Amino acid sequence: MLVTGAARQLGGRFVRRIQRDPGVDRVIAVDAVAPGPELGDAEFVTADIRQPAIARVLAEHSVDTVVHLDVSAKAVGTGSRTMVKETNVIGTMQLLGACQKAPSVRRLVVKSSTNVYGSAPRDPAVFTETTPPKSLPSGGFAKDVVEVEGYVRGFARRRPDVAVCVLRFANILGPRADSPLADYLSLPVLPTVFGYDPRLQFVHEDDVVDVLGVASGEPGRGTLNSGTFNIAGDGVLLLSQCSRRLGRPTVPLLLPAVTWVGQALRTFAMTDFSPEQIRLLTHGRVVSTVQMRETLGFHPRFSTAETFAEFARSQGPGLLPPEVVGRAVDRLAAMPFAGAGGDVPGTTGAGDTEPTPSAR
Amino acid sequence: MADAKVIPFDDDRSRTGGSARPARRRSAAGGVRGQGTGPAAVSALPGQQDASKPQEEPERAGRPLGRDERAGWDRRIAGGLAFLRRRVTGEYDVDEFGYDEELTDQVLMSMLRPVYEKYFRVEVKGIENIPSEGGALIVSNHSGTLPLDGLMLQVAVHDNHPAGRHLRLLAADLVFVLPVVNELARKAGHTLACAEDAERLLRRGEVVGVMPEGFKGIGKPFGERYKLQRFGRGGFVSTALRAGVPIIPCSIVGAEEIYPMIGNSKTLARLLGFPYFPITPTFPWLGPLGAVPLPTKWTIQFGEPISTAGYPVEAAEDPMLMFNLTDQVREQIQHTLYKLLVQRRSVFF
Repeated sequence: MLVTGAARQLGGRFVRRIQRDPGVDRVIAVDAVAPGPELGDAEFVTADIRQPAIARVLAEHSVDTVVHLDVSAKAVGTGSRTMVKETNVIGTMQLLGACQKAPSVRRLVVKSSTNVYGSAPRDPAVFTETTPPKSLPSGGFAKDVVEVEGYVRGFARRRPDVAVCVLRFANILGPRADSPLADYLSLPVLPTVFGYDPRLQFVHEDDVVDVLGVASGEPGRGTLNSGTFNIAGDGVLLLSQCSRRLGRPTVPLLLPAVTWVGQALRTFAMTDFSPEQIRLLTHGRVVSTVQMRETLGFHPRFSTAETFAEFARSQGPGLLPPEVVGRAVDRLAAMPFAGAGGDVPGTTGAGDTEPTPSAR
Repeated sequence: MADAKVIPFDDDRSRTGGSARPARRRSAAGGVRGQGTGPAAVSALPGQQDASKPQEEPERAGRPLGRDERAGWDRRIAGGLAFLRRRVTGEYDVDEFGYDEELTDQVLMSMLRPVYEKYFRVEVKGIENIPSEGGALIVSNHSGTLPLDGLMLQVAVHDNHPAGRHLRLLAADLVFVLPVVNELARKAGHTLACAEDAERLLRRGEVVGVMPEGFKGIGKPFGERYKLQRFGRGGFVSTALRAGVPIIPCSIVGAEEIYPMIGNSKTLARLLGFPYFPITPTFPWLGPLGAVPLPTKWTIQFGEPISTAGYPVEAAEDPMLMFNLTDQVREQIQHTLYKLLVQRRSVFF
């Protein structure tokens, strides 16, 4: 088995995990840079998947399964956006070209993203695997993913003997998450788009590693692990809920101002606040996971809310931790008021009813 | 709109729907209900039942608190604080469409209810035509320049249906482009009017509301009031057929006159990206004051359900059948509209 993108946190974890699988003899981990985390017994090959040398690696080790994880929104270390795009698109092209020439390859798993659906107000509320996007992403990581999936479809057509599995992951989050959205949620104060409360879905890192294991092995009884699948935890969280659970205050900004703030943040390298991320934070995105459950036979251990709770725990308390706010409300409840006979509910600005309590 | 003018009216007509007002979902206030409310309030609205009065009324009237009433208040306060606590800590649930049931029940409906009860004095008929469980598609006429009729329809179903069903409206894409509006619409359970979303909701067993006239209905000039426009391409019929749910025709009288649209500034509409820009006798001449709707008296009548269970699956692909069913629904709504208009004594009472 050959795993690309092994120097990344997720790739490293998957390599370590898959070695324990009895059906896997040998794992060859490939990346352009040396891996940070320990890879165990896996054989690490420093190879840039953008170079034709990758074909030699495939032939030399007579690889039967290729797990392509080197499709990411973020560079390792301090790579530029151009580098990321090169790795995503040219890297996939080279890798698929090499796979096409390698007769030993039987199975291909590609990490994709629900970014392919874009985010637009005119889209249906829930995307299924077959929903065509209303507006194709014009650039950035989303466009990379669209192109990568296009090449993968072409490869599947040319090599019908290879089982191809494309996993479209929702926003990956967890204690060690390393994604633009995790960076954004780590900001002390969250800039949000005024008048929009996007719906978000998360998938836990552990579930990502597990589902990659399901997709790269032999399919279980009654399931099929080739095709395209959305991978996301159950349930939906609104951005406002996320900020409250994290205890990080939000600053609603008008849409043009958000773009400026995003540019400023990018300049200071605090987070990659790309246009497609702003679109996600404006309109949100929810995918259907029926295919994942019924066809792939995978049931994630963490729901969206549980994934987020794990992430929040790793982040430490924000400026307004929910426990403190909750206690403040409790104190309000315990406060004795004189002349409780004439209590009339007052309303706060948010429209929440906040009645003054009466003495018992 | 909170300080709505309460126009006393003497209602002597029979109220088929109003007579059987069900218990309200504010069960926390159960101790207060049924003890009789302020006499002034009752005389202002003779047609309404006591239970529909906001619970503040007895307090304002200065009645001494009974023991039960005190207990009811304590429960209410505890409930309110628990609600506030859940909100500020983010511990509430939304569904995949972004529908926030708690917020809708506790806040959004409470904000719309005064408009519904006091301002437009909506009378509901035939609520029993909405099934107590399972999916159903409510098809209604659309009018009034601003989609207030949709919101009132939502309150009507929410407050009158014995099973406390929630209406999920399908809204135009413009709603989801506008800031604030889109956020509130999603939280109130509305979603984009497309076949995918409608079918998903119906298969989950929700009551879905659709106004197939769309902008043609809501933005038609005052002279064409109560004349139904074309019902889109009849997509709602095939969606209902595929999901196997009944279609419930619904006629709303009163919404046409809230903003008498005497003109349409096409230039301004194009400039702002809206499908029309209404000019009424008061708007935009009086500024924001001109945007206050006229206090018309509304009637919402739900008609006999049209069953779609008898059709085979492939019937949804038959355009002729779709056109026929669409026409049948349209005819029924139009017919009921005329009937209600004949019964109506005046626009405002």
